Amino acid sequence: MQNFPGVGVSPGRIIGTIRQMPKPISEPPAGEQLPAGVTAEDATAALKTASQAVHDELKARAAHATGDGKAVLEATALMAKDTMLIKGAAKLVARGVSSERAIWESGSSVSEMLHNLGGYMAERATDVLDVRARIVAELRGVPAPGIPASNTPFVLVAEDLAPADTATLDPNKVLALVTAGGGPQSHTAIIARSLGLPAVVAAVGVDQLPDGMEVYVDGAAGTITAEPDESLRAAAEAWAATASLLAEFSGTGATADGHLVPLLANVGGGKDAEAAAKLGAQGVGLFRTEFCFLERDTEPSVEEQAAAYKSVFDAFPGKKVVLRTLDAGADKPLPFLTDSTEPNPALGVRGYRTDFTTPGVLDRQLEAIALAEKQSEADVWVMAPMISTAEEAARFASMCADAGIKTPGVMVEVPSAALTAEAILREVGFASLGTNDLTQYAMAADRQLGPLAALNTPWQPAVLRLVGLTVEGSRAEGHNKPVGVCGEAAADPALAVVLTGLGVSTLSMTARSLAAVAAVLKTVTLAEAQDLAKLALSAPSATEARAWVREKLPVLNELGL
Amino acid sequence: MPERTATIASRSGLHARPAALFAEAAGNAGVDVTISMQGEPADEALDAASILSLMTLGAAKGDVVVLRADGDGADQALDSLVALLETDLDAE
Repeated sequence: MQNFPGVGVSPGRIIGTIRQMPKPISEPPAGEQLPAGVTAEDATAALKTASQAVHDELKARAAHATGDGKAVLEATALMAKDTMLIKGAAKLVARGVSSERAIWESGSSVSEMLHNLGGYMAERATDVLDVRARIVAELRGVPAPGIPASNTPFVLVAEDLAPADTATLDPNKVLALVTAGGGPQSHTAIIARSLGLPAVVAAVGVDQLPDGMEVYVDGAAGTITAEPDESLRAAAEAWAATASLLAEFSGTGATADGHLVPLLANVGGGKDAEAAAKLGAQGVGLFRTEFCFLERDTEPSVEEQAAAYKSVFDAFPGKKVVLRTLDAGADKPLPFLTDSTEPNPALGVRGYRTDFTTPGVLDRQLEAIALAEKQSEADVWVMAPMISTAEEAARFASMCADAGIKTPGVMVEVPSAALTAEAILREVGFASLGTNDLTQYAMAADRQLGPLAALNTPWQPAVLRLVGLTVEGSRAEGHNKPVGVCGEAAADPALAVVLTGLGVSTLSMTARSLAAVAAVLKTVTLAEAQDLAKLALSAPSATEARAWVREKLPVLNELGL
Repeated sequence: MPERTATIASRSGLHARPAALFAEAAGNAGVDVTISMQGEPADEALDAASILSLMTLGAAKGDVVVLRADGDGADQALDSLVALLETDLDAE
């Protein structure tokens, strides 16, 4: 049994066979010519054969699909051998351009044309790019890009997953996610938790394992084991039994001695919110409003935004819903707001800062939020991302007041905000710690980079200290203003106990984690949680902080968390 | 050259699924079929078997299009394609 240690990011123990995610198709170099000895006729014929093969493959997949997915696959299959696409490429081949480069350029121009037509056609522009990549893969004789198609469920192994992969990831076909790169805060981790799939990231060497090999994945311990033995099979079976127990959340988060810690959900839109309400979430601690804006070239109208916000508010009548205003920039670019040429986007014009360069968008968003609030029964709180100073907090609060929003707040993601929490909380009504970015900025470690995974964990004592300082700032301010956590840290049951001990008042997480966090939280008293927080703060390293706390929480092992 | 006019019956117009079904049928017609909006010159007509061309044509429900084809079996092919366009394919 060969072992691959990584970082566990989503609990679960499972055995399955591996399918490797093919590498993305690289762009054929501009100006690439037909190889010597290959005629334009031969190259065009090869192109047609490849396009037919891609058509047949997509058509075969459509036969197994249903509903909208089937219609999209059927249309995409036809695009693969479309005369507009192929003739465009054939013209370039006739001028001596290689078939790979020719189909690449032809795909670009067709996609751009659809994009410019707007509406439904613009949505299909990416399908043309997908078809183009598949034809190039076929010509090169390499596997087609994207998540592999398979009739049997498998363990997906990748370098890292991108947000776009979520759309094509079928949770009924994927048993677990394993990546060679990525960190605990990477998109893979976020996707896995939202789908409730066991996941391990930064497991060096797993990308070399062959397709079809059987492995054991432990998403809590963070290990992958090739050719598992009987004891691991038993562990996977035991997990299947406990997993069903961890699916239920009673709807009240509290410690053993009854100290209430409302457990809220992180959502991206109405559908998420409805699902979270069904899973017992006590409200929304983070509504990522940028998901209503992504893949848009222009700003949605106030009415359109209001409708999107109302769909979330309506899932939680009478309950708290905390919106985060548009958080564009860095890994979430928006063409009408962000500058893609910034040398250092994580430290650039992102989040609240986009109001410096593109004023008006935030005002209109606040107007839309106020409009949606009037038409709903939710208790609406609004916070700005990437606030660094009390001055910014004051300005945001006055913008909210102008729009008629009663409860303004800030995200604490920039270390300066944690260090000046008292002054910031004098200006606004609440703070919410975004632990993903707070960790990235405190440790100066890009959250997407696998080699920095060890630095990029909220178990870092420095990060926990910043959490503690924010709570202390609130106490010093004197009005008992709430300090919540809405980063991925809140979804880690052991860390949730530590955060509670540090004085955090609410925990917001992907709804799938609510039951596990509630189950662990109710086994400790507030005083015990405070002791565990002190223990974690006293640890010399993140590894020890985590190990020491976990050792005192035997329930974690019993539940396989 | 034989030609026919047809009124688009599908609710979503000649997009999405109706476009896919029509393009596939035109591709299997055995003759080259072109399509254009009524009133547009024949030499600007598009390949009816190309789903991408159909999408750029942007024909909505109620729009009238002209189909043209030449050669053996052109008339029969055009008749069956007209019937397809005049069926509400979204309803199926």
